[in-house]
Amino acid sequence: MNGSTMEKPLTQHLREDGKPLSLKEYEQIGGYQALKKVMKMTPQEVQKLVKDSNLKGRGGAGFSTGLKWSFVPMNVPSPKYLIANADEMEPGTFKDRIFLEQTPHQLIEGMIIASFAIQASESFVFLRWAYKTAAAEILKAIHEAHQAGYLGKNILSSGYNLEMHLHTGVGRYMCGEETALLNSLEGKRANPRAKPPFPQVSGLFGRPTIVNNVETLCCLPHIVNNGADWFKKLSLTQDAGTKIYGVSGKVKKPGAWELPMGVTLRELIEEHAGGMQDGLKFRGALPGGASTDFLVEEHLDVKMDFTSVAAVGSRLGTGTVVILDDKTCPVGFVKNLEHFFAQESCGYCTPCREGLPWVEKILQSIESGDGRAEDIKLLDSHTHLLGPGNTFCALAPGAMEPLQSALKYFRDDFEQHVREKGCNYSSKRKLQTTR
Amino acid sequence: MATLYIDNQPYEVTSGNNLLETCLTLGFDLPYFCWHPAMGSVGACRQCAIKVYKDENDKKGKLVMSCMEPVTNNQRISITDAEAKEFREEIIGWLMTNHPHDCAVCDEGGSCHLQDMTVMTGHSYRKFRYKKRTHINQNLGPFINHEMNRCIQCYRCVRFYNDYAGGKDFDVFASRNNVYFGRHEDGVLENEFSGNLSEVCPTGVFTDKTLKQHYTRKWDLTMAPSVCQHCSLGCNTIAGERYGSLRMIANRYHGEVNGYFICDRGRFGYEFVNAPDRVRQPVLNGKTVGRDEIMEEIKKRLKESKVIGIGSPRASIQSNFALKALVGKNNFYHGVSENEHDMAELAIQILKEGPARTPSLKEVESADAIFIMGEDLTNSSPMLALAVRQAVRVKPMKEVIQANIPDWHDYAAREFVQEKKGPLYSATIHGTKLDDIAAQTHYAAPDEIARLGFAVAHRIDSSVPDVENYPDELKKLADTIAEGLKKAERPVVISGLSSESESVMKAAANVAWALNKSNKNTGLVLTMLECNSLGLAMMGGGKLDGAFNAILHSHADTAIIMENDLYRHGSTATVDKFLKMCRQIIVLDHTPNPTMSKAHVIIPAGTFAESDGTLVNNEGRAQRFFQVYEATDVIQESWRWLLNMGVNAGNERMSHWKNFEDITKAISDEEPMLKGVETITPPATYRVAGQRIPREPHRYSGRTAMNAHLNVSEPKPPEDPDSSLSYTMEGYRGLAPSSMIPYFWSPGWNSVQSVNKYQQEVAGHLRGGDPGLRLIEANKNTEPNYFMSVPEFFQPIAGHFWVVWTHHIYGSDELSNKSASVSQRVPKPYVMINPKDAEELKLTEGQLLSFEVLKDVYELPVRINNTIPAGLAAMPYALEGMPATGLPEWGIIKSVDRK
Amino acid sequence: MLSKEEIKEIDEAISMVPYKKAASIEALKIVQHHRKWVSDESLKEVAGYLEISADELDSVATFYNLIFRQPVGKHIILVCDSISCWVMGHEKIKEKLSELLNIDYGQTTADGRFTLLPNPCLGTCDCAPAIMVGNDLYRNLKTDELEKILSKYN
Repeated sequence: MNGSTMEKPLTQHLREDGKPLSLKEYEQIGGYQALKKVMKMTPQEVQKLVKDSNLKGRGGAGFSTGLKWSFVPMNVPSPKYLIANADEMEPGTFKDRIFLEQTPHQLIEGMIIASFAIQASESFVFLRWAYKTAAAEILKAIHEAHQAGYLGKNILSSGYNLEMHLHTGVGRYMCGEETALLNSLEGKRANPRAKPPFPQVSGLFGRPTIVNNVETLCCLPHIVNNGADWFKKLSLTQDAGTKIYGVSGKVKKPGAWELPMGVTLRELIEEHAGGMQDGLKFRGALPGGASTDFLVEEHLDVKMDFTSVAAVGSRLGTGTVVILDDKTCPVGFVKNLEHFFAQESCGYCTPCREGLPWVEKILQSIESGDGRAEDIKLLDSHTHLLGPGNTFCALAPGAMEPLQSALKYFRDDFEQHVREKGCNYSSKRKLQTTR
Repeated sequence: MATLYIDNQPYEVTSGNNLLETCLTLGFDLPYFCWHPAMGSVGACRQCAIKVYKDENDKKGKLVMSCMEPVTNNQRISITDAEAKEFREEIIGWLMTNHPHDCAVCDEGGSCHLQDMTVMTGHSYRKFRYKKRTHINQNLGPFINHEMNRCIQCYRCVRFYNDYAGGKDFDVFASRNNVYFGRHEDGVLENEFSGNLSEVCPTGVFTDKTLKQHYTRKWDLTMAPSVCQHCSLGCNTIAGERYGSLRMIANRYHGEVNGYFICDRGRFGYEFVNAPDRVRQPVLNGKTVGRDEIMEEIKKRLKESKVIGIGSPRASIQSNFALKALVGKNNFYHGVSENEHDMAELAIQILKEGPARTPSLKEVESADAIFIMGEDLTNSSPMLALAVRQAVRVKPMKEVIQANIPDWHDYAAREFVQEKKGPLYSATIHGTKLDDIAAQTHYAAPDEIARLGFAVAHRIDSSVPDVENYPDELKKLADTIAEGLKKAERPVVISGLSSESESVMKAAANVAWALNKSNKNTGLVLTMLECNSLGLAMMGGGKLDGAFNAILHSHADTAIIMENDLYRHGSTATVDKFLKMCRQIIVLDHTPNPTMSKAHVIIPAGTFAESDGTLVNNEGRAQRFFQVYEATDVIQESWRWLLNMGVNAGNERMSHWKNFEDITKAISDEEPMLKGVETITPPATYRVAGQRIPREPHRYSGRTAMNAHLNVSEPKPPEDPDSSLSYTMEGYRGLAPSSMIPYFWSPGWNSVQSVNKYQQEVAGHLRGGDPGLRLIEANKNTEPNYFMSVPEFFQPIAGHFWVVWTHHIYGSDELSNKSASVSQRVPKPYVMINPKDAEELKLTEGQLLSFEVLKDVYELPVRINNTIPAGLAAMPYALEGMPATGLPEWGIIKSVDRK
Repeated sequence: MLSKEEIKEIDEAISMVPYKKAASIEALKIVQHHRKWVSDESLKEVAGYLEISADELDSVATFYNLIFRQPVGKHIILVCDSISCWVMGHEKIKEKLSELLNIDYGQTTADGRFTLLPNPCLGTCDCAPAIMVGNDLYRNLKTDELEKILSKYN
């Protein structure tokens, strides 16, 4: 099951040196053929194709892309917007970077296809600040695409017009949330917006808007070129396509790979990431970024697709796995995550703004030996109280996922910390005294 | 209508509203913070969580925020569900992690929404054991105190200040649990409605700084329903007293007039009542005398003199009527300038005889097109400006509704609307604070504003004469305005007295009447200069010039001047001459002024706080204000003094009037335009279960001891002969009649949020109907009798300025001016001119311009303003040393001092 | 005063959005790019240019962690403190940096060369620990490489 026999439509043409594919190179490998095809289709046909392909959003929520598009009203005046969410800031996640840095044209082609499908007249790439190389490459690629007639007025003589802009963010995890991203693009604070109304109806500047993840958009040219059935067949499971999976943490070969949707966690860790570092044992893993529930040893054979991971109480999320080994303190691990979430709360709704710092403080006191038995109960209650629907957006519920599963799978560690007044992991870390 | 099941009980409710509002209307105690009835829902605080069930078989349900969910038919919800209750309690738990628990030293303590909600949710034990986050406070100027550590981040302040009131110098800063609400640097809050932060804030972050200076717990105040005295809109207020001084003015909800808010002039202008130079004793020829002595003296003088009475647009109809009764109707004069007098009569004529109805403030808020003519509303009638600010949202909100976004879903609606605004056309002398929301602005001399009005009216109904030789550019503007107004469902034209131009008011009437022909929902608002300008005008009476002539021609020798500084209504020279010629001047007033300084007899009158009275606002709505506390010394209402004088003088008619009700009944009987004014409040004999309505909350403390330094035995509380309010804490505790709510309180609701319990439905009319009586109703089907004479175009004259008024919210009003906090905001006198004129005169900002107008020479620093047309100079109305009457008038440029 | 260059860039940002205010973040970035940080004066200038109040702009500016409202050093060092880097020992990197520069998070070296800031996730988790110095990303870092890296920045 390696390399040659497997289709890797999104990444097979990446250059070895990590440099981006130029427009010419991209065209040589079939780039913008899908766009030419799409320009001869109706928007409805494109929407149907993508719906039929069963493509699900790769940003973490796993919602059907075609279905999402279908909520955009078609017979409304301009403008409508398409936005590529390239604000990859989920800790442990580094998959979109590959596309942004190495195949910007693949993203742009996907964006034009998506824009056409919803008849958007303007599109934005919302890129995170730290991706400096990507910013330069995308700007260059947008320019090239313009020159080549793939963007701008009357694209490929189809009568369809589309402008594309790059916006680089100025920090804040919240911007990855699609409605907060819209506020940020409007030059405002990146507080999330209530849904409904969904961005498809009232999005950027109050206009119908679609926000899609980079990887999702990159799938589109291939679906157009090869068909919905082909895309579905790429997968090992009911969730279609390939997926960029990644592994970080103390494994021998951390990295990211395009694999059929539905490989097992075991395969990811043992085959692709080279197994655990010597002397370390697998203790658990966040399957798809910081805001997913831990999977543990019993889940190693779970198929890494949206449905299967959900079935065992976690989420595929971004599909980039963070490994917890047996020499790393799970309390400290979770404390780092909760520090992140508390810092990144926008401060809008009460449970998130006040609850997360409290959780962080409790974890800190447990880790530093000041924990009390009731603290664990408080953590338990927060995992319920900060659940989905209770907060304005998904940030705090996401923050509770690793915590609640850590309390479930590593409860002994928490209790031991309290009992023994501190952390006795061999790799005991000094407490962070960050901001 | 929809059926809503709350904890398995069915209720008939309005569909489409949000669940929180619905539950509150039904009387449930559901806690909330970020939602505000005037500002809608944003789902930030998460305090109003309830359970929603799919159907009757769903036992688990889903936690939702009731403010964010619309009511649907046959919906099943639970307020009492254990999980919902636990969550609501924990919201307080979270808020308390950083709240300083400093209730004992907090101005909000005891009337705090956060305290109420804490108790309501049952949160009583603190589990958070870590250090609290702290903030540094800001100095926000003389009105508002800032204590950020108490903040619970409900975002109401910033939503009110910026989104609702259009403020620009306030915001939310930083993020996460470090968010900060204030200004980006220390400084005076510039918005004219900043005082509402003290009521909008659910805790003690933003509090009334003037109250702080003589702090009293709100439950220790003796309170009465009052009506604002500082402009003509008649906002309803609550006035609170302790230890004989007025401590606070708060909003008193009125569903048609001021809603939930009042302006800063109204809230902070009250301190003149406590001024150390208040007149507290009668004065005879410069000497303080006793009550009996002065009454005897007056009796003597009235007997041997020919007396005229000069009333006042800032005194109640009772006081004006009593004066009229005392001196006889032929000797009663309105104490206003000729122009003011004529324009007030014109306003009545327009509103009464013309077909356009005058809308309430609430109705202005729902206008979908507005044309302002000649009024700088933010400065002349601030709450009307706030209403206009809401009105520009009406048209875009129609699209919001079409997109299936509920209008109460505030941020969603704003995000959908973006910068779109409904049509507001503003023709004013110079730029105003409403320009930022105006579709079209036009700056011009008053006559030019009137000409634009004629042009617009002509385009709506060609029987109004067109403006001849009108420039193309203005024709286009008139076209745009006419089209915008014609397209509207509820257009409103706003004009008034502040530019003191009859032609502007007439043109405004023409526009409204023309519109009314095809659209009976057309409104016409005319603002007045003073709180009872319209009420005074509704009573017969001569012009001030008539009074001057009566003395000049020796028809009379004695003048009784009541609550009126004549220097605000006549030129200095005329008034000087008049006062000099009066053999005797008897002044009734509460606050020293230049007229009083020339009086031979001074009678200490009560301010609004020490008086009962009725005012007629610009809408023609008669509204009663109640005495808050019995005045000390011999101070009493002007009308009571005058009644005493009448009885003393053997005035038969007046001897029948024993109290407020008697005199009010007489007004109703004798003044045809004021018919019915006695019905606006229940009679003084009104009792509920044999009890009066108490002015003091039942928590009122210290009654037995507060005067112990004077007398250890507790004095008998005063009896109120004029109303059914009592001066004590005893009395009926239920809902008072809507016209006499002394304060808002309901069990569990100690903060002003308790107003929910007084409304028929949340944000709707008060239970029992909104108080006041509209005295003027237009007959919408009357054929308009258009004003036909178009004024000549304005032609500047070399070496001259056409000197016009500019009004100031702080400074142009006589009484609020004397309030210590307001006086800090009063600008120094200046003259505003166009940059072109400045350039010609080689003047830069702040240099002195000397000019003669109204026979006086003024030397004033110039303010150069891009918006005022060339050839015009604006003087601040009634600022110290500035005239308050006679403009607009030509002024002659004298000299220029470039120092 | 905004420079000609800044105005040109801000105008371009404005041209991409329906109204001026929507270019707030772009404008802040532009000014920060030219001036390293956004002083109160800069803030007011930008706000004036965008026809909004300084308060409104500062509300946006203070929300984002990468708009600097206080002076910063010539080079910003962002230390990734997110989960993968934490697992891989970012604390040692931070300690070493603090030791070499004699500053803690949020501080600037006495010579004004460096400002040290924590940053949530640099998106290179398979190459943890990582830092960014200016626009340069350093991955798979070891503490003994830091001195050499810093020496590249004057």
